[in-house]
Formats: sequence, C-alpha cells, structure tokens
Amino acid sequence: MMQPHTARKVLKTTLFYALVAVIVVVAIFPFYYAIITSFKTGTDLFRISYWPEQLDLSNYRNVLESSTFPRNLLNSVYVSSLTVLLSLVLAVTAAYALSRIRFRGRGLLLLTILGVSMFPQIAILAGLFELVRATGLYNTPYALVLSYLIFTLPFTVWVLTAFMRDLPVEIEEAAIMDGLKPWQTVVYVFLPLMWPATVTTGLLAFIGAWNEFLFALTFTSSASSRTVPVAIALFSGSTEFETPWGLIMAASVLVTVPLVALVLIFQRKIVAGLTAGGVKG
Amino acid sequence: MIAKEQQRPLASRETARGKVFDFRRQKLRTARVFLAPMILVLLCVAAWPLARTIYFSFTNTSLNDLYGGQWVGFDNYLNWRTLSSGRVIYRGTLVDPDWWNAVWNTFRFAIISVGFETVLGLMIALVLNAEFRGRGLVRAAILVPWAIPTIVSARLWGWMLHDQFGIINDMLLKLGLISEKIAWTASPDTAMIAVLIVDIWKTTPFMALLCLAGLQMIPRDIYEAARVDGVHPIKVFFYITLPLIRPALMVAVIFRLLDAMRIFDLIYVLTPNSTQTKTMSVIARENLIDFDKFAYGSAQSTLLFVIISLSVLLYIWLGRVDLTGERDR
Repeated sequence: MMQPHTARKVLKTTLFYALVAVIVVVAIFPFYYAIITSFKTGTDLFRISYWPEQLDLSNYRNVLESSTFPRNLLNSVYVSSLTVLLSLVLAVTAAYALSRIRFRGRGLLLLTILGVSMFPQIAILAGLFELVRATGLYNTPYALVLSYLIFTLPFTVWVLTAFMRDLPVEIEEAAIMDGLKPWQTVVYVFLPLMWPATVTTGLLAFIGAWNEFLFALTFTSSASSRTVPVAIALFSGSTEFETPWGLIMAASVLVTVPLVALVLIFQRKIVAGLTAGGVKG
Repeated sequence: MIAKEQQRPLASRETARGKVFDFRRQKLRTARVFLAPMILVLLCVAAWPLARTIYFSFTNTSLNDLYGGQWVGFDNYLNWRTLSSGRVIYRGTLVDPDWWNAVWNTFRFAIISVGFETVLGLMIALVLNAEFRGRGLVRAAILVPWAIPTIVSARLWGWMLHDQFGIINDMLLKLGLISEKIAWTASPDTAMIAVLIVDIWKTTPFMALLCLAGLQMIPRDIYEAARVDGVHPIKVFFYITLPLIRPALMVAVIFRLLDAMRIFDLIYVLTPNSTQTKTMSVIARENLIDFDKFAYGSAQSTLLFVIISLSVLLYIWLGRVDLTGERDR
C-alpha cells in the first residue's frame, strides 16, 4: 500500500526538478554560449562546441584596443548616468507632490504620466529629430540624455510615487509639527527613508538608458559618438559578408557582465521595483 | 513642540480654521512648485515632439530641409488622381501594402509573443512559488535573460541561429528533429519564428516575476482550506489562483502588449530587410531616416500612435483595469 505512494512522490519530485533544470538551462545557455564563443578565434569559431575548449583572450584585447569601442563604453556610462541623475532629481519632488498632496486633477496627471511612459517612441522621433537639430545637439551625448528622459522620467516618477504612497502619514505630520518647509521634508525626512527605493529605481532607469537603441541610432552619426548598443549592432568585418562573431561576442559579454552582476546583487529590490512600477525597465 | 500642543486648544475656532485653510493653500502651492519642472520637461520631450510629428505628417517636409515643407493636407495618408483615361490612382499610407503588411506583422508579433510569455511566465511563477531547495538560485538564473540588453540578445541569438555554424541547427540535427540546416533569420518562413523565440526568451522572466508577486499576495490559508476540502490542484488553480491574480496579470499583460507593439531594436538587428518581420516602428523609421520620405514616415508614426492609443483605451475599457492603483485606497 505504501510502495506506490512513495514511488509516485519520487516521480513527482523528479519531474519537478527536471522542469526546474530546463528553465535554468534555457535561461542561461545563450549567455554561456556567448562566453564560450568569445574565447574562440579563427576557424575554431566555426566548429560548434558545447563545452569551453580554449581560453584565448585576443578577442577581448582587440575590442578594448579598437579605436572606438572604449569610447562607446564611456559614452554609454556618461549618457546613462546623467539621464538617471536628472530623472531622479526631477522625480523625487514630483513624486512627493503626487503621493502626499491631494489636489484636483491628480489622477488625470498620474494617468498622463503613465501614458507618456507607454508612448511608442517612434511617434516622437520626427519631432525630436527636429528639436535635436534645432538646438545643435545632434551627434552629442546631450541629444540622447534629452530623448531618454521621455522614458526614464515617467518611470521614476511612477515608481517613486508608488513607494512614497506606502509610507505612513505620521512621518509627515511630525515634520510639519516641527515646522519643516516642504523641500526640507523631502530632503531630510523622505530621502533617507526612500534611498533603497531610489537606488532601485535609478538602477532600473540606468538599465533602460543603457539598452536604448532607436534614439541612439538616429541621433548619432559618427562612430565615436555612438553608444554601446549601436556599436554592437553595427559591428562589421573587413568585408560585407564577414561578420566578426568573436569580437561581437566579446563586446557583448563586456557590456552584459556588469548588468548581470548588478541585477543579481540587487535582485530582491529590483523585483520590488518592477512590481511597483509594472513597467519594463 | 510640547508647548505648541498645549497652546492649540486655547486658540479660537476661527483662527484654527483660518490656519487649516492657509495650510491647505500652502500645500497646493508646494504641489505646483514641485510638479512644474517635471511637467515642463515632459512637455518639451514628449508633447512638443509629438505635436511636431503630427504636423509634419500633413506637410511635404524632407529630411534635409526640415523647414521647407508645405501644407499638403491628408496627402501622405491618402490622395488620388484621376487620369485622362478616367482611371483613378490612389496613393498614400492607407493604400500602401507595405504599411498594412507592417500592421499585420506588429499585431501578429504582439499577440503571439505576449500570449506565450503570459502562459510560460505563469508556469515559471507557479514553480518558483513552490518551496524547494535552490529556489533563490533559480530566480537569479531567470533574471539573466532580462538583464541582457536587447541588442546583445539579438546578436547572441543571431549567432546561435546562424544557418551554417549555429548551435541550434546542430542540436536539432543531432536530435533528428530536422533533416537539413534551416536559415532561421533569412528564410521568410522562419524569420518571424526567430524573432518570437528571442523575444519570448528575453521577456518571459519579466512576466514570471510579475506573476510571482501576484501569487505571493494570495493568503496561504485559502490553499489550506482547499486542501482540507480535497479540491483537485487543477481546480484550485482555475477557481482560486487565477481569479485572485487576474488584476495583477491584466496590468502586466497591457504593459507587455504596449511594449511589443512598438518593437524596433530586436527586429532591426536580428532580421534586417525581411518583409516577414517588419513592424510599424521599423517601416516608419525606414521612411523617416533611410528613404528620405520624412513626411510620409511622420504620417506612419502618427498612425502608429493612434492605433496604439485606441488599443490601450479599448483594453482598459474592456478589462476595467485599475492602472493607477489608487482605487483600492
């Protein structure tokens, strides 16, 4: 009587762990394969292997010594950091107003901000192109910072508003009793309480800016002003038909490792931020 | 502070009310000051460019001469000319087969990818919601595809799906599932499948995490009660779990649909020049920048904006989705 029951249980557990294994392998195999490929050169590239066989770092050396890729990395870091900084400064005060003060039209304003974050970016491409040209920002990092605000700002406002709304009212009452001015309340009372939320939101906005492609492709023209995604997308070999897969994979691994590390370190916080925002970072 | 508290009952009712009123006014002023910079920036980077795009769509502006365009009315959308023979020739986006092909591709892509992502995401969320050893590791592992930039994943998969040297063809051949190598990204039959595979791989983790967050809000004692009553697990899923996470799921699905409908980067890099995968964003940018049909591209961008806006309104209305999260407060 006991035997079939335990057998079924063992089978169930085995199947469950098999499912878990499939999920994990499918999730990480492509990245693992990119790492293997990035260590291969010459004809080895075109011999398919499932396990790492050699550890040739020449692809990495070539990418980092190339004339433009280090510059592209710097561009990406600069543009993304500046975008996040600007969005957070603008968003913290806006989120305070949206979450702690009741005023007419608040719901409508929130919906509009959400609407902007879901904007199809192509719809503003023509108008932004004109703006970027007219202000002389074309082919500079600031064209990208300006255009990235369209998705980082609504996102940060939205997530920070959700976080602030959950803080108890008493905190603010105490601040008012103590005679703090509104901006002092934000800086001395809310910011210290919110820094985990702010870091998460900033990180998600950073990832969004780091990965952006459409604006970066359209608003830059020279190889030295490109950001990393554009550089990787436009990597080409000596001839049109020869794609330098080894270099592409090395560059891809270089720009992805920091992101994966950050995401894994901030795992729990990111999940909380995503759920609050419901927006893809 | 204590002194203030004690003074309060002594103040007359009138001044107290005046103070409350003052306080309220001050708060509203704060709201205005605090919101102004953000609203100003959004007006500059969102409202103004959108208005200009719509304006351009009614002109014959070209890329090299942004201010030399003239008003042409609806010509970019639809115009017609009667030939001397009496035949009428229609022109414009609305009779452009390439445009309707792109519209079809966009909807096909959005619905199939989000459908798969929702089902797979829910499955993974159910797995992660069970308690087992190594759960943290699995959750970390499924975050990896999400953390990889879209362009990088397009390149990664482009290499894995390579017709000659791709590992996917190698695996399928070894397993005997295919008899000859497939040109995944180049062949018209499989280009859309390739794009779908990559998108589903990359975005299912996002869905899974949102579903998991929904699942974890369900109180455990509901399941306890169902177990005591001997309800079958499948029934539990359809009658308890699904209705309870439905609000969270609806919001997740709408965000994903919107995101899928504006897809550009993955398709631009993975399957360039394939008419099977060109979406509205791809074709609009092509006209705007590459083909020097700036005004025509603006008209397509405007149409995309209108189509997406209408879809969202329809979805919110049909699903009664509470987007601001304020209703239950």
